Amino acid sequence: MNRYPLWKNLLILAVVLAGLIFALPNMFSQDPSIEVSAARGSKVTGATVGELKAVLENAGVPYKGVQTLKDGRLLVRFATSGNQLKGQAAIEATLGDRYNTALTLSPDLPGWVRFFGLQPMVLGLDLRGGVHVVIDVDMDAAIDQALERYTDDIRSLLRKEKIRYLGVTRDKGRLAVRFGDARTRDRADSLIHNEIPDLKLDTGEEGRSYYVYAAMTPANVASVKKFALQQNITTLRNRVNALGVAEPIIQQQGDRRIVVELPGASDPGRIKDILGATATLEYRLVDTEHSVEDAVNGRVPPSDKLYKDRDGRPVLLQRRVIVTGNEITDASAGFDQRTGQPAVFVSLDAQGARRMRNVTTENVGKPMAVVFIENRTETHIVDGKPVKRKVRTEEVISVANILEPFGRRFQTTGLDSSQEAHDLALLLRAGALAAPIEIVEERTIGPSLGQDNINQGFESVVIGFILVVVFMAFYYKVFGLVADIVLIVNLVLVVAVLSVLQATLTLPGIAGIVLTVGMSVDANVLIYERIREELRNRNTPQASIQAGYDKALSTIVDANLTTLIAAITLFSFGTGPVKGFAVTLFIGILTSLFTAIMGSRAVVNLLYGGKRLQTLPV
Amino acid sequence: MEFFKRTNIDFMRYQWPALVLSTTINLLAIGSFFFQGLNFGLDFTGGTVIEVGYKQPVQLSDVRSALAKAGYSEATVQHFGSSRDVLIRLAPKNQSESTAAVSDRVFRALSAEANGRVDLRRAEFVGPEVGGELAESGGLAVLYSLFGILIYVWLRFEWRFSVGAIIATIHDTIVTVAVFSLFRIEFDLTVLAAVLAVIGYSLNDTVVIFDRIRENFRKIRKGTVLEVVNLSINETMSRTIITSGTTLVVVLALFFFGGQVIHGFALAMLVGVAVGTYSSIYVASSAAVMLGISRADLMPVKKEGAQLDRMP
Repeated sequence: MNRYPLWKNLLILAVVLAGLIFALPNMFSQDPSIEVSAARGSKVTGATVGELKAVLENAGVPYKGVQTLKDGRLLVRFATSGNQLKGQAAIEATLGDRYNTALTLSPDLPGWVRFFGLQPMVLGLDLRGGVHVVIDVDMDAAIDQALERYTDDIRSLLRKEKIRYLGVTRDKGRLAVRFGDARTRDRADSLIHNEIPDLKLDTGEEGRSYYVYAAMTPANVASVKKFALQQNITTLRNRVNALGVAEPIIQQQGDRRIVVELPGASDPGRIKDILGATATLEYRLVDTEHSVEDAVNGRVPPSDKLYKDRDGRPVLLQRRVIVTGNEITDASAGFDQRTGQPAVFVSLDAQGARRMRNVTTENVGKPMAVVFIENRTETHIVDGKPVKRKVRTEEVISVANILEPFGRRFQTTGLDSSQEAHDLALLLRAGALAAPIEIVEERTIGPSLGQDNINQGFESVVIGFILVVVFMAFYYKVFGLVADIVLIVNLVLVVAVLSVLQATLTLPGIAGIVLTVGMSVDANVLIYERIREELRNRNTPQASIQAGYDKALSTIVDANLTTLIAAITLFSFGTGPVKGFAVTLFIGILTSLFTAIMGSRAVVNLLYGGKRLQTLPV
Repeated sequence: MEFFKRTNIDFMRYQWPALVLSTTINLLAIGSFFFQGLNFGLDFTGGTVIEVGYKQPVQLSDVRSALAKAGYSEATVQHFGSSRDVLIRLAPKNQSESTAAVSDRVFRALSAEANGRVDLRRAEFVGPEVGGELAESGGLAVLYSLFGILIYVWLRFEWRFSVGAIIATIHDTIVTVAVFSLFRIEFDLTVLAAVLAVIGYSLNDTVVIFDRIRENFRKIRKGTVLEVVNLSINETMSRTIITSGTTLVVVLALFFFGGQVIHGFALAMLVGVAVGTYSSIYVASSAAVMLGISRADLMPVKKEGAQLDRMP
């Protein structure tokens, strides 16, 4: 009686062994490390390792070792985070122009562990420090921009076909194109219908004006939104990569939000500036034929637009844009060779280069202006309600005469500082955002708090665990020890599953583990109390064991399933840290069901199965 | 070792006093919600929280004046854990702007004032819209899990048990949340997570007792409903106390050693576990009894014929 078949014992043994192996990588310490990658235009080579070592030795910063990662980056390990920070400062100061550095935590795994591809648990930002932001994409602005593009398309189409129109205006989310007579209107209607098929057209009359109304179809609106989100994710990814953060996470959340997680990032202010910036450049010709004074007094020629430069002086520019930021393929910061001013060197794509060449060839000797554009969305509280406000800054940063025709590559000056040139080059390189964004949530955890959280979390797990283990051993004697073994195995299994799934461990997640410790005892308690009852009813020890496990089973399953329901709703609702709690709770319930029902039975069977017993130490 | 040999307490004798007690506590709790409301944390209200750590102990008045100079005189400032750590809160209602840039400006101002001898430990910003969304989805999560549990218990037991379990769970949720309202303790996302865990835990306890009631009804043919319920509670008594005890022990470890961030969570769990134990007996079981559970309702599923018999 009370014996498991061999296969059952082997199965349990296999699960426990697998758990031990997968949990193993967590036993090794996590080294504070620096990831070194090549900056633009340089490469990490064998010589780099020597350079790094020399720099660190010169600065007197002790390091544990330098190792080459798979994708060509280097990893420098340190014993303490103080040395890590000093090391980063030293590397930045001497090699910063050629290499990017990023702070990270790296487990110090022996070769054979790494060989099997075993990984420790992923620590959440609240445990390792870093920046977590949720970014909201302004979809209204994306639709606005799309309508703006359609306006341009319709204008140039009608102009090309020589159809006289009186104006294109916005009319409650759609475009209204006005004509002088019905015949022209109908011609335009069929023309637009053929050339721009994704617009839904409608016609109407008002007095002596004849209109074609053009609206975006719902499918069109949806695809514009989807594109805006995707494009923004790509741009943000480029920007984050340029910042040099190790293991960034950029994810879509819902249908208009993007989550960016940057572990170990230390300067949240600059990161937010770079992420949220929509700075771009536009190149336009200066209108030299009309007077600026007239324009300032309200008589702006229809083909022109009035701008201001950084000192507030008015500049009259042509409405037509030569090149926009979207056509810039590459940009780097540097200094103008003649004046020594900070400059951005820009490269254009083929289309932009062709247009630039044409325009500059035709306009040699005439002035051209560079417009710096920045869009921001700010939320203000008005009468207790959040109101979004769009802020658009457009400044002329430089006006220079075209000395000779140029095309693909040229430089732009007029920036305030080399930091500004640097950031602008980064933004141009990463591409423009398809729609303005706003940071709607931020959670930054400094590295010192992250370490505290780990320590305190770990401490509370250990203390809670020890108290429970000691109590169980006293209260249920040998059976209590069995429960303790089961508890330890359960903890190992939770860690193993978290490591295999590479689920993120957060501080509430640790709380979930602590809770699992408390609750996984429950199943054992239910069983042991049953066994005691059976013994009191004068059943034999063997029969009591059997009955105890059998009768407690349905109760255990019922009780755990209800908690499982709570864990699942938590998971589906949860954000960040709360999700971490739900995950550990969920995994903990499953592993504790397994260990309490099968694991503890197996141990008890091995101890007492098939023996003649007078009493049971329970 | 055994704390409870064979207990034979007449739990159900105190059914009515307990009902009065539970009702009073719940009325108090609801009154507290009405008059005090909940001290919602940043997660639900939106706003900015910044935690900074100074190298030396710092006077709050110095921090306040540095903030006032930077234009943030409406910020609330308090020590957090030690006299070197300071927590600064900016509620959206006192601010004309609500952007993620506020935390940077505040930290720069403090850093300049302290000559850089201050660390940014934590900066959190939640936009007003996101706060509203979190509050809404949090409330929905509580409702969904209650609903899911209702269905589960209904399927596994019988509607009177299901209603009893739900009343007990709502009771526990209300009492737990009321503690946060009554003592004006901040209610944030982690506390909400704890409330959901309490829902799971409280039910766990209830289900164990219900299971035993059902088993005993089927096994023992004599005795009144109250006697069977009493017996079942007594039989599971030891288990109830031991499990609550071990859970309380680990939650206490969290409360004392888990650090400030997890404090609210641990407190909610403490209250929830304690109340959950009481409610399994005096709310869930009482309710089921008052709703009129009977032996007949809990017999194993009857055969087709049973239904035919009742037909005219």
